[in-house]
Amino acid sequence: MPEVAATPESLIHARGLTKCFGAFTAVNGVDFDVAPGEAFGFLGPNGAGKTSTMRMIGTVSPVTAGTLTVFGLNPKRDGARIRARLGVVPQADTLDPELSVLENLLVYGRYFDLSWGEARRRALELLDFVQLAERSKDKVEPLSGGMKRRLVIARALINEPSLLLLDEPTTGLDPQARHLLWDRLYRLKQRGVTLCLTTHYMDEAEQLCDRLVVMDQARIVAEGSPRQLIEQYVSREVLELRFRRDGDEADDEAHIAGRLDGLAERVEQLPDRVLVYTADGEAVAATAYERGMRPTSVLVRRSTLEDVFLRLTGRSLVE
Amino acid sequence: MALPSVWQLRPWAGASRRSVRVLEHDLLVFRRGWYSYILSGLAQPFLYLVAMGIGLGLYVNRNGGLPGGVPYLNYIAPALLVTQAMMAAAAESAWPIMGKIMWDKTYLAALNTPLGALDLLVGDLMWIAFRATLLAVLFLAVIVLLGAASSPMVVLAVPVAVLTAIAFAAPIMAFTATQQSDGGFNALFRFGITPLFLFSGTFFPIEKLPLLLQPLAWFTPLYHGVAVARSLSLGQIEPVALLVHVGALAACAVAGVFAGRITFRRRLEV
Repeated sequence: MPEVAATPESLIHARGLTKCFGAFTAVNGVDFDVAPGEAFGFLGPNGAGKTSTMRMIGTVSPVTAGTLTVFGLNPKRDGARIRARLGVVPQADTLDPELSVLENLLVYGRYFDLSWGEARRRALELLDFVQLAERSKDKVEPLSGGMKRRLVIARALINEPSLLLLDEPTTGLDPQARHLLWDRLYRLKQRGVTLCLTTHYMDEAEQLCDRLVVMDQARIVAEGSPRQLIEQYVSREVLELRFRRDGDEADDEAHIAGRLDGLAERVEQLPDRVLVYTADGEAVAATAYERGMRPTSVLVRRSTLEDVFLRLTGRSLVE
Repeated sequence: MALPSVWQLRPWAGASRRSVRVLEHDLLVFRRGWYSYILSGLAQPFLYLVAMGIGLGLYVNRNGGLPGGVPYLNYIAPALLVTQAMMAAAAESAWPIMGKIMWDKTYLAALNTPLGALDLLVGDLMWIAFRATLLAVLFLAVIVLLGAASSPMVVLAVPVAVLTAIAFAAPIMAFTATQQSDGGFNALFRFGITPLFLFSGTFFPIEKLPLLLQPLAWFTPLYHGVAVARSLSLGQIEPVALLVHVGALAACAVAGVFAGRITFRRRLEV
């Protein structure tokens, strides 16, 4: 009998989930649950442990420590049964360059034990869905990056999965290709497919995810809906002020940060501008003028996940 | 009752319906270029047998020839049948497998389906066996065409060639899964496969090798494959020797599959 997860309502259930490669800890004791029908995101800089987490969920990478169940099953014992119900869009396209677009889907369908007829029926339907029907006889190599990505998504859907794992689905695509992809993913979500994705694009997370966790250095540092995270970690608005940089000016930036103190929830000094986190950007801008500051440019914008992300994971470059 | 240990280790584990799916994939690729496989599968034996067997054979036969008066063509034909299948299998288990692991990463895509690392190993090994069978059958056709066999038993050289091919392919696939680039393959072929091709009794009896090197030949699976195929083709069969040779080949194949099960897992399930 398959082992039933502690919380049967969750499709993915992780407690203290850990992955080590030798002495290196890629994922360090993370807890999360993904509910059916949800779009769940892992957000984080490169090397945060997102892909390692996804590979453990996909049962292609053994769990080092902690608990993980997928569909209530144990990846170690029931890997093949879990994978039979999963759709996976890996970071690299991993398409077969020796086969045509259609054949790539047929072979994949056969891996899931579909009959040739059924594999063909689904493949043609999916090629329509990802707008690649006219390219079905072409080889894979001449396809554009966006087309390849769409083909990989079609491939991941050939077994009609109830859970789709997407590892950085739109990295490297142009805006048109990204929007087309988002549209398809949104439709899948409408049909009740659970989405679990990693990304380092904030707009992608805001577009697609009902709920997300922010990962940094192998740990989960925050969890919530995009809106909740913004409310919790940053203010409603951000006021961006730029100043002329000449030595004589009293408008020296370090000085300015001090002069804005008390007006805002938080003031952040960047090399080229000052960010003022506040509920009312206009009001703070007006006060700044009253106090004699003369910025060369003033911009008031709504806070985004990017602000949350940078707040939580820092501004230093991760490589 | 205690079963023999090899039985318990189940060398055929993984040879399931799932590994047949991997073979299907390879056959689909084959279907796209089957004619080139057939063409080169016929051209190679023809060139070798005409140049070496008939051309060089003219001088060998004229200068006293081989013991028992065996024509040189008949001497090398079954040996070349085996070596050609072996060479193709060796190459097929190196670069293309590396491509599936590292370059195109199609193995990684397959591992996201119910297939596992062992299905990939066994499935691709079946494809290599299929290809070796095809090459051996084509080679056999050329042998028959040129009248280069002395006994109808030559047809059994085909399964011997396939077994020899697997005896090489399995350990090489295991080796491939440990490599981070294709640099190791150059060494493998330059210092392993090519010398074997030349010194495993293919072109001359190993008794003509320096005394020190002769025992080495015993440890190369190719020598055993060549010896069996030749004895079948010449109709000179010694049952005990035949069993020893086939046993040596089977041992190599089984050892290779075991090694592959370890290295494929270690490489692909991380």
